Amino acid sequence: MSESFDLGKLIFGRLTLESFPFHDPIIVATFIMVALGGSALLVAVTRAGLWGYLWREWFTSIDHKRIGVMYMILGIVMLLRGFADAIMMRLHQAMAFGDSMGYLPPDHYDQIFTAHGVIMIFFVAMPFVVGLMNYMVPLQIGARDVAFPFLNNFSFWMTASGAILVMLSLFVGEFAKSGWLAYPPLTGILQSPGVGVDYYIWALQIAGVGTLLSGVNFVVTIIKMRAPGMTLMKMPVFVWTSLCTNILIVAAFPVLTAVLAMLSLDRYLDMNFFTNDLGGNAMMYVNLIWIWGHPEVYILILPVFGVFSEIVATYSGKRLFGYSSMVYATVVITILSYLVWLHHFFTMGSGATVNSFFGITTMIISIPTGAKVFNWLFTMYRGRIRFDVPMLWTVGFMVTFVIGGMTGVLLAVPPADFVLHNSLFLIAHFHNVIIGGVVFGVFAAITYWYPKVTGYKIDEFWGKLTFWFWLLGFYLAFMPLYVLGLMGVTRRMSQFDDPSLQIWFQIALVGAILIGIGIFCFLMQFYVSYRKRDQLRDETGDPWDGRTLEWSTTSPPPQYNFAFTPRVYDNDAWWQMKANGYQHPKEGFLPIHMPKNTAAGIVIAGISTVLGFALIWHMWLIAGLSFVGLIGAIIAHSFNYKRDYYIPAEEVATVELQRREVIA
Amino acid sequence: MSQSVAVNSNLDFVVRDHHAPNGTLLGFWLYLMSDCLVFAALFATYGVLSQSYAGGPTGAELFDLPLVALNTAFLLFSSITYGFAMLQMQQGKKHGTMIWLGITGLFGAAFLAVELYEFYHLIHIGAGPQRSAFLSSFFALVGTHGLHVMIGLIWLVTLLFQLSKHGLIQENRRRLFCLSMFWHFLDVIWIGVFTFVYLMGSMT
Amino acid sequence: MSDVHTHDNHAEHHHHEEAPHASFSGYMIGFLASVFLTAIPFWLVMGGVFESKATTSLIILAFAAVQIVVHMVYFLHMNFHSEGGWNMLSLLFTAVLLFITLFGSLWVMYNMNVNMMPGMMQ
Repeated sequence: MSESFDLGKLIFGRLTLESFPFHDPIIVATFIMVALGGSALLVAVTRAGLWGYLWREWFTSIDHKRIGVMYMILGIVMLLRGFADAIMMRLHQAMAFGDSMGYLPPDHYDQIFTAHGVIMIFFVAMPFVVGLMNYMVPLQIGARDVAFPFLNNFSFWMTASGAILVMLSLFVGEFAKSGWLAYPPLTGILQSPGVGVDYYIWALQIAGVGTLLSGVNFVVTIIKMRAPGMTLMKMPVFVWTSLCTNILIVAAFPVLTAVLAMLSLDRYLDMNFFTNDLGGNAMMYVNLIWIWGHPEVYILILPVFGVFSEIVATYSGKRLFGYSSMVYATVVITILSYLVWLHHFFTMGSGATVNSFFGITTMIISIPTGAKVFNWLFTMYRGRIRFDVPMLWTVGFMVTFVIGGMTGVLLAVPPADFVLHNSLFLIAHFHNVIIGGVVFGVFAAITYWYPKVTGYKIDEFWGKLTFWFWLLGFYLAFMPLYVLGLMGVTRRMSQFDDPSLQIWFQIALVGAILIGIGIFCFLMQFYVSYRKRDQLRDETGDPWDGRTLEWSTTSPPPQYNFAFTPRVYDNDAWWQMKANGYQHPKEGFLPIHMPKNTAAGIVIAGISTVLGFALIWHMWLIAGLSFVGLIGAIIAHSFNYKRDYYIPAEEVATVELQRREVIA
Repeated sequence: MSQSVAVNSNLDFVVRDHHAPNGTLLGFWLYLMSDCLVFAALFATYGVLSQSYAGGPTGAELFDLPLVALNTAFLLFSSITYGFAMLQMQQGKKHGTMIWLGITGLFGAAFLAVELYEFYHLIHIGAGPQRSAFLSSFFALVGTHGLHVMIGLIWLVTLLFQLSKHGLIQENRRRLFCLSMFWHFLDVIWIGVFTFVYLMGSMT
Repeated sequence: MSDVHTHDNHAEHHHHEEAPHASFSGYMIGFLASVFLTAIPFWLVMGGVFESKATTSLIILAFAAVQIVVHMVYFLHMNFHSEGGWNMLSLLFTAVLLFITLFGSLWVMYNMNVNMMPGMMQ
C-alpha cells in the first residue's frame, strides 16, 4: 500500500484531486466557459480540416511575418484574460465597503491582481511589442527575414509556453498571491508553500528564454541585415527604437533570470538568499529585480515611441522633425534606464544620499522623453494632417502620456514618494503610461500596419469607436485612482471601511466597463473589416502614402519580402524612391535562398512546458525525463544540417510580375 | 555581405543574399554578454551577502587555495589547448582539431571533478548551501560557473561527433568558433571567481 | 557572388564566415601572461606578503583586470575592428552595466544596512 502511494507521489508529486479548485464557483464557471469555447474552436478547426495547414504554414513557420502575427494573436488572447481579471477587481472594489465583503474571497482577490499584472506585462505588452518588431523590422530594413529564423520561431513558442503555464494555474492549483514582482519573504517557502509562486517562477523563466533569444536575434538582424546604403543614421525611427529595446532585453533579462533562479533555490533547496534566517536579505531581491524591472519599462515603451514617430510623419505628410535628436534621445534613455532602479523602493531606507541620486537620475530621464514629445508636435506643426484612426491614437497618446509622465516626476521626488508609495496614485501613474503609451501605441500600430499584413484596411467607423471608448474609459477608470491615492488609499487591498471612498471606485468601474466596450469594438473591427474586405482592399501596397520601405512591397508581402533589395540613399527611403520615379526591375530574377520550416521550436518549447509543469508540482520523475528529453531534442536538432532551400528564379519571376501587374 | 550586384544598372534595387555574414558569431557574442550579466547579478549577490555567515564558517576557514590553484591551472590549460584546436582547424586538419578538442574536454572534466569534490566536501562538513546566506551565494555563483562548464562539455562531445561525421565544413567551423568563445569566456569568468571569491575571501 | 549561384552544394559556395585569424605565438603570449598574472595573486594571498588586506585586495583586483584584458585580446581576439566595432561596443556596454549592477547593489545595500540595521554593522 505504502509503496504504491510512493509511486503516485513520484509521478504526480503534489498534484491531487484537491488541487483542482472545484469549490470555487467563479473558477468552475470560467472553466466551463473556457472548455466550451475551446472545444468549439477545436471542433471548428477540425471540421474545416485546418490542422495540417496551421501546422505547416503557421506553427512550424519561420517566416518572421507569420511569427509576428502569432505574437499579436497571443497578445490579444491574453489581453482578454488580463482584462477579465481587471474588471473582476473593479467590480469587487466597487462593492466591498463597510460590512459588504464583495464577492471575491481575499486569497482569490490576491491571485487576481497578481495574475493581472504578470499577464499584462509579460504576456500582453511583451508579445504585442515583439510581434510588431517581428513583422516590421525586417521589412523596414529591406531584409528577407531575421538573422536567426529558427530561433525566432522557438522564441515565440517559449513565450507561448509561459502563457500556457499561467493559464493552467487558473484551473490546476493556484497562482501567486504576491503581487506581480513576487517579493520575498512573502514568496519564500514558509509564507507561500503552495504552487502559486512556482507557477510564477517557471512561467517567467521559460518565457524569459524566448524573450532573451529574440532580443539577440533582432540586434543581429538590425546590425547585419540592413539594405545597402542604410547607414545607422538612415534607419527608420522604429528600427532605432527596436534596436535599443532589444539591447535592453539582452542586457536586462539575464538579471531577471538570475534573481528568479535564486528565489527558486530558496524555495526548492532551502537556501538562504532572501529568507529571514541565516543571513538572508530580502531587500537584495527587490534591488535585483528592479535592476531588470526598470529597463523592462523602457523595453515596452521605446518601440511604441518608434511607432508614433512613423505615424506622425506619415499622416502629417512631412519628414519627422528632429530625426537625430530622436535617435540620441532613444540612446540616452537606453543608458539612463539602468541608473534609476532605486526609485521603485525609496522607502527601503537607503538614506538621503542614495535616494537623492536616484531621484535626480529619474528626473533627468524625463528630459529625452520630453524632447520626443516636442519632436512629434513640431512634425505636426504646419503639416497636412490627416486625422485617420492611427493619428487619433497618437494625439490621444500625447495628451495622456504627458499626464502620466508628470505624475511620474512627482513620484521621483523621494519625500513625495514616501507619501505616495504603494498607493493607488502609483497604480494610476503606471496605468497612465502603460495604457496611454504602450496600449495606445500598439493599437495605433495595428491600425496603421493592418493593410500591410492583410491587404485591406480596418473599417474606420469601428476603429474610431475603439479609440473613443478606450480613451474615455481610461480617464474614467484611472483619474479616480489618482484622487484615492492622494487620500492615502493603498493598493492590493480587497476591502475598505470608509464608505466615502466608494463613489470613486464606482466611477472607476464605469471606466473599466467602457474599456470593456472598447475591447469589444477592437475585436469587432477585425470581423467587420474582414466582411467588408473587398471594399477596404488596398491594391497598391502603400495605402497611407508611406515613407519607409515596408510600403514598397505588395500587401501582404511575398514570403521573401523583397525579390530585389531596395537601395537606400536617404531617410524615408520609400518616400525618396517615389519622388525620384523608381523603376521596378522586370527581369534578372535570381533564385532566393530561404530557411526551411521546422517543428523543432514547437517541440522543444512543448517539452519545456512539461518540464515547467513537473517542476511546479514536484513531479520529479517527469521532470527528470523531460529534462533529459529537452537536452536530447536540442542535440538532435543540432545534427540537422539541411536547413535551407531555394525558391527557383522562375517562381520568383512569376510571383513578382503577377503582383506588380495588380499594382499597375 | 559579399558583393552586392546592381541589376541592369538599376539604381533603386540590388540583388543580395539572405544571410548576414558572421551573424552567428555576433549573435553568440551578444548571448555571452547577456550571460555575463547573469554572472553580474550573482557576483553582486555574493558581494552583498559575503559577510552574512550567520554564525557559520567563513571563507577563510573553508577555502582550500591549493585546490583552487589546481583548478585554475586546469581551466587555463584547457584554454590554451582549445587554442591549439583552433589552430589545427585553421590548417584544415580534422584529426588534429579533434585530438586537441578531446584534450580540452579532459581538462574541463578534471576541473568539474575537482569542483564537485570541493562541493561534496563542503556539504559533508556541514557547510552546504543551506547553512548561511554567504554559502548560498557562494554555491550559486561557483555552481553556475560549473554548470556552464558542464554545458560546454556536453557541447564539446556533441561537436566531436559532428566533426567526425561531417568534417570541417563551414557549419562545424562556425560551431567550433562559437564554442571557443564560450570556453574562453568561462575562463574569464573564472578569473573573477578566483580573485573575488576565493582569494579575497581567504584573507583574514 | 550572386551571379554564380548554383542550386547544389550550398556550403561550398557560401561566403565564408570570417572568424578572426589566430596564431600560435598569440596563444602562447596569452597563456604565459595568464600564468604569470594568476600565479602572483595566489602567491600574494597564500604567502601573506602584505600586512594590509586592503593593499592585497587592490593589487589582486588589478591583476584580475589585466588578466581579463589579456584573455580578451589573446584568446577571444577582441579588437576595435571586428564586426564593425560592435563586438567591442557591446563588451564595453556590458562592462558598464556590470559595474553598475555590482557597485550599485553594494552601495545601495550598504547604505540600507547602515540606516536600517545599525546593530548588524560591525
